[in-house]
Amino acid sequence: MAPRKTASVSSRKTAAKPVKKDFAGGTIAEFSKEDDLKAYREMLLIRRFEEKAGQLYGMGFIGGFCHLYIGQEAVVVGMQLALKEGDQVITGYRDHGHMLACGMSARGVMAELTGRRGGLSKGKGGSMHMFSKEKHFYGGHGIVGAQVSLGTGLAFANRYRGNDNVSLAYFGDGAANQGQVYESFNMAALWKLPVIYIVENNRYAMGTSVSRASAQTDFSQRGASFGIPGYQVDGMDVRAVKAAADEAVEHCRSGKGPIILEMLTYRYRGHSMSDPAKYRSKDEVQKMRSEHDPIEQVKARLMDKGWATEDELKQIDKEVRDIVADSADFAQSDPEPDVSELYTDILL
Amino acid sequence: MPVEILMPALSPTMEEGTLSKWLKNEGDKVSSGDVIAEIETDKATMEVEAVDEGTIGKLLIAAGTEGVKVNTPIAVLLQDGEAASDIDTAKAEAPKAEAPKAEAPKQGDPEAPAASAAPVAAQPRADVPSDPAIPAGTEMVTMTVREALRDAMAEEMRANDDVFVMGEEVAEYQGAYKITQGLLQEFGARRVVDTPITEHGFAGVGVGAAMTGLRPIVEFMTFNFAMQAIDQIINSAAKTLYMSGGQMGAPIVFRGPSGAAARVAAQHSQCYAAWYSHIPGLKVVMPYTAADAKGLLKAAIRDPNPIIFLENEILYGQSFDVPKLDDFVLPIGKARIHRAGKDATLVSFGIGMTYAIKAAAELEAQGIDVEIIDLRTIRPMDLPTVIESVKKTGRLVTVEEGYPQSSVGTEIATRVMQQAFDYLDAPVLTIAGKDVPMPYAANLEKLALPSVAEVVEAVKAVCYK
Repeated sequence: MAPRKTASVSSRKTAAKPVKKDFAGGTIAEFSKEDDLKAYREMLLIRRFEEKAGQLYGMGFIGGFCHLYIGQEAVVVGMQLALKEGDQVITGYRDHGHMLACGMSARGVMAELTGRRGGLSKGKGGSMHMFSKEKHFYGGHGIVGAQVSLGTGLAFANRYRGNDNVSLAYFGDGAANQGQVYESFNMAALWKLPVIYIVENNRYAMGTSVSRASAQTDFSQRGASFGIPGYQVDGMDVRAVKAAADEAVEHCRSGKGPIILEMLTYRYRGHSMSDPAKYRSKDEVQKMRSEHDPIEQVKARLMDKGWATEDELKQIDKEVRDIVADSADFAQSDPEPDVSELYTDILL
Repeated sequence: MPVEILMPALSPTMEEGTLSKWLKNEGDKVSSGDVIAEIETDKATMEVEAVDEGTIGKLLIAAGTEGVKVNTPIAVLLQDGEAASDIDTAKAEAPKAEAPKAEAPKQGDPEAPAASAAPVAAQPRADVPSDPAIPAGTEMVTMTVREALRDAMAEEMRANDDVFVMGEEVAEYQGAYKITQGLLQEFGARRVVDTPITEHGFAGVGVGAAMTGLRPIVEFMTFNFAMQAIDQIINSAAKTLYMSGGQMGAPIVFRGPSGAAARVAAQHSQCYAAWYSHIPGLKVVMPYTAADAKGLLKAAIRDPNPIIFLENEILYGQSFDVPKLDDFVLPIGKARIHRAGKDATLVSFGIGMTYAIKAAAELEAQGIDVEIIDLRTIRPMDLPTVIESVKKTGRLVTVEEGYPQSSVGTEIATRVMQQAFDYLDAPVLTIAGKDVPMPYAANLEKLALPSVAEVVEAVKAVCYK
């Protein structure tokens, strides 16, 4: 039996293994003070928002499933930094971070989590199903892997319309084993569709570790048989994500077809609120938090370079906490949808 | 003894074809494997190869002849030592090769008399009473359901650049059932998109494109294959509008043949009308006539909702009158009274209508005047039209080819019982396919489908006759 891989992110290879040689990969983007401050703030917003969502779930304000993004913030924030107006985003059910990064309002997301009328889907979608036409966010999908074909369809529409928009289809290491992912890879490569497939490899598909579920654990190479280039990226370092995103976006926008970015990342919390996460050790989680936390990395850098003082960072923390507290207050006080909403939005 | 070459059946649904061209002349020697003729079937132009060796003694059917029935002798092959003068002897022999075909059921035409050898019109033409949606005095043209569907797509594609068609073999092959014939030539590969054999994937691609506002027509070669894609149809296409609080939906048409074809057995023979009609967020259309196929497909393409458009392989080749109008669009969700009557109501849709129509003719001869309602749309269902008819007749029988449990008929029966109980003079009877996977054997297949006799018996039963 092959040895199980239990390596931490730092010992996993982050150097790219390109199919083609036109992608540097493994590079770290140069971040200015403004870039780091922006990344810090955006990631912190997701962190604090998710912590609050977890709290509200515990208090019974949020029902059903609730999958938190804590630990993975650098992925979506780094990717978003490379996009322009018109680029589209679609993801699975661990989607709160993506929505905040796309600029959807914290109030709208939180009120959707509590099932209130001010939620982004009027309270009818819930944690896994939110959308924003304005922000080009196409959900929020609860069926594992479905968003990959849908995201390929977004790219198809871009090519059909002849614009230069790029679509970002996020999915996890678990979804990466779904058949329609490869059906999509085939069509995207065949038709040179401008889609970036982002595999958020957080090492566990619910409770099943990557090595127990995947014959090929290097997800960046999952497109090799279609000739889709793929790269592994340190998904805990927002600068590495941004660098990979820049190159991937350029690849797609210039008409070279799809590309795969495997983000090596980690979720600190369980798969969902009811998951005790007994499939991994507390030490493993603690080691990731203490050595690779995406937010702490940026914070340390800001301090080391003298780009922000402790007080200035505390001020950002306060602003973020205020946004989250406001969203939580709104989400608890906003009324439930009117009963007439039961029968609306079924057909146009 | 001279060998008769018979008109071959070259597709599961082919009953007749056009002998387009002879590639051999009388007196030519042929070896097995030589192409001797080209035949146009209901799906494609096919080459016919010789099976036996010999010399063409006589060509019995002239090139260009339409409507040549399967198993009609088309040529006589002379073998060594035989002369053209031997041909008469051959013709006097019983047509051996024809024997098994005599047992074969004629799908979609189950009670039809044996095929006549005499030349007939290329396709049977059905008369349909006037539709209130069609202005009186409108000029009509005869066309097949196949042509009507193609024209509907072509017209909508001309009118709106956001409309495109995708699916397996829709472009270069011209459609597995020739429904997209000519579209590639007119609209190009950008808008007529051949996909790999990847239903789950391309259904998702279509829905994703629709979520951005494009209007895809996704053709499934048959709806049996759409089972691979049913998650994208139901979980993505049908529910997104609701889940997004009305922000975005999927204006998409999923179309293709549904239901039993002919002798294609269990995995290729089932009707999806009841399946999809279960789902809020979908509209389900299943036309019978060419006019309805055209008017409703145009409506479906314009509709902002996801539409399941169920066609039928056997109906593709049937001809009907279609209004000659620049822009003929019918309302989705409206039934059509196909035949007015006073004694009993028959409700059907799609190919089920063929049983209802024949049963009504037989019943008329027995003095029972049947009203036939063609639902046309299964969801939303035009129950008011059904109930209005039941108020008049007091008796109701439904007819469909799908499985009996949780069928469209049982849904109609339930709702009529709930909403028009006092008008019923007899229990509602539901005629459906049998509760079995479709068998292959010709006799069993015939038994698994509804029959005109069953419909006649059911109507007599509800009339207590």
